[in-house]
Amino acid sequence: MLEVKGLTCGYDRKMVLKDVNFTVNPGDMVYILGANGSGKSTLIKSIVGLLRPYDGSISINGRPIDGWSWRERAKVISYIPQTFNAAFQYRCKDIVLMGRTPYLDFMSSPSKEDKEIAEQAMKTLDILHLRDRIYSQLSGGERQLVKIAQALVQESKIIVMDEPTNNLDFGNRMIMLKHLRKCTDFGIAIIMATHFLEHAFLYATKALLVKRGKVREVDRPDSRPKRR
Amino acid sequence: MRLKGRNAVNSYQYISIFLALFIVTFFVSFIIGRYPIDIISLLRIFLSRLFPMSKTWNCTIEAIIFQIRLPRILGAALVGASLSISGAVYQGMFKNPLVSPDILGASAGAAFGASLAIYLSLNTIGIQLSAFIFGVVGVMMVYLISLRINEDPLISLVIIGILVGSIFTSFTSLIKYLADTKDKLPSITFWLMGSLSSIKLRDIKAIFLPIAMGIGPLYALRWKLNILSLGEDEAKTMGLDTGKIRAIVIICSTLLTATSVSISGVIGWIGLVIPNLSRILVGPDYRILLPVSILLGGSYLLLVDNIARSIITVEIPLGILTSLIGAPFFVFLLLNRGS
Repeated sequence: MLEVKGLTCGYDRKMVLKDVNFTVNPGDMVYILGANGSGKSTLIKSIVGLLRPYDGSISINGRPIDGWSWRERAKVISYIPQTFNAAFQYRCKDIVLMGRTPYLDFMSSPSKEDKEIAEQAMKTLDILHLRDRIYSQLSGGERQLVKIAQALVQESKIIVMDEPTNNLDFGNRMIMLKHLRKCTDFGIAIIMATHFLEHAFLYATKALLVKRGKVREVDRPDSRPKRR
Repeated sequence: MRLKGRNAVNSYQYISIFLALFIVTFFVSFIIGRYPIDIISLLRIFLSRLFPMSKTWNCTIEAIIFQIRLPRILGAALVGASLSISGAVYQGMFKNPLVSPDILGASAGAAFGASLAIYLSLNTIGIQLSAFIFGVVGVMMVYLISLRINEDPLISLVIIGILVGSIFTSFTSLIKYLADTKDKLPSITFWLMGSLSSIKLRDIKAIFLPIAMGIGPLYALRWKLNILSLGEDEAKTMGLDTGKIRAIVIICSTLLTATSVSISGVIGWIGLVIPNLSRILVGPDYRILLPVSILLGGSYLLLVDNIARSIITVEIPLGILTSLIGAPFFVFLLLNRGS
């Protein structure tokens, strides 16, 4: 579904990764593994379009996404940044509802159906009880789940997450992984950067190892049966 | 507690409450002033415009209501609403509740533009246009500098705004220095302090269209403003064309600020106080926040103007009163930020 070919990327004057190749299929759980500062976030930002690649191509279902508008991109890829702080005290249901934005006309607001979709996503992730809570006052784990609900509402086929488990304790990490696993059952592909190696062994269908400007694609060893 | 209350009342009910507040303030403002007018004759005079009625009042009252108080009251309502809606959207766009048209340099730029136009003896449209151009220049300067500074964005934006504002204030002082002391200097100086006392009905006609052009698009985009307030990267990956929305926000809210400044001078702090107060009352969702800010801003400036023209025998410039209320409120926000 997602195909990255010969991608060379980095910041304005600093090239970080060279000649990256990998593919992601529906239902995949792809881990981007690497040390701090190795270029995990650079890769993620290039995939979601926040960094313009120097060279190479990123295509979805065979179509290169280079010239796509943000709205078209948002329908296919959603992005959950490492830290997300709302400057204002939005309620969770509104944060989730914001995921409907790519489906709204330029000057319109979400409809009743959009609200129902948002509600359904919160139900799926068992966070319906958080709907009227203020997002910025939630715990780290709850915030991540709200952001995942937002990504579900965005109905994108790929969810890209930057270090989602970083600030979570063990219990919350497992809850989050369980829910992400549920998302892959819907055919959504998850791409996430992390430095928790052990989780990669639990759920990953594929790993991307980032080191010294290179990315190596490692498939899941066949000896381990895919967990259901 | 607040949360519970918020759930119990839906958005339409909120808007109706603030609409009722605005309507009451609007009509009460006609009664307040040096010349006493009782509410019965006020209502009769208004109704007589709609239905034929025998005249039981004298012409002076009618003249005061329609020639003096009506333009002023409409002016206060429009300026209050414009300044507070532009404050509300600037805050979302800059992801920062501490900014407002006056803090961002929009007011200072517009004030310079308008002073320049007065100095050059331009007409009303010239003053509005010049105020708008320099208002946009002011905001763009602040925005472009802020993109290059990464530390404590909340406070640095305020400081950049003060810097840009002071540049324009210097230019305004230069114009005052050069202006003719008999005629132009007093008019520039008095106008800069912020006053609605010299507003005529034709001024209202002149500002009505630009204000509608400013409020309309912002109101239509109120949901998108929520997304924009999450930050650049988040908004883009949620499918928002941030460049386009930012351009519309800057143009519309600066148009509102400049139009207000061109007829009433610099009335500070409304754009900071009202959106924040509204946010405390109804939450940050622009779908409710925007209409509430408009209504509350209109009511607030009507109230302040009523005080300005009735508390002592001489009229107090509005800018003085709004600063006395606004500055302590800003301290309150600084002390409570993050909580």
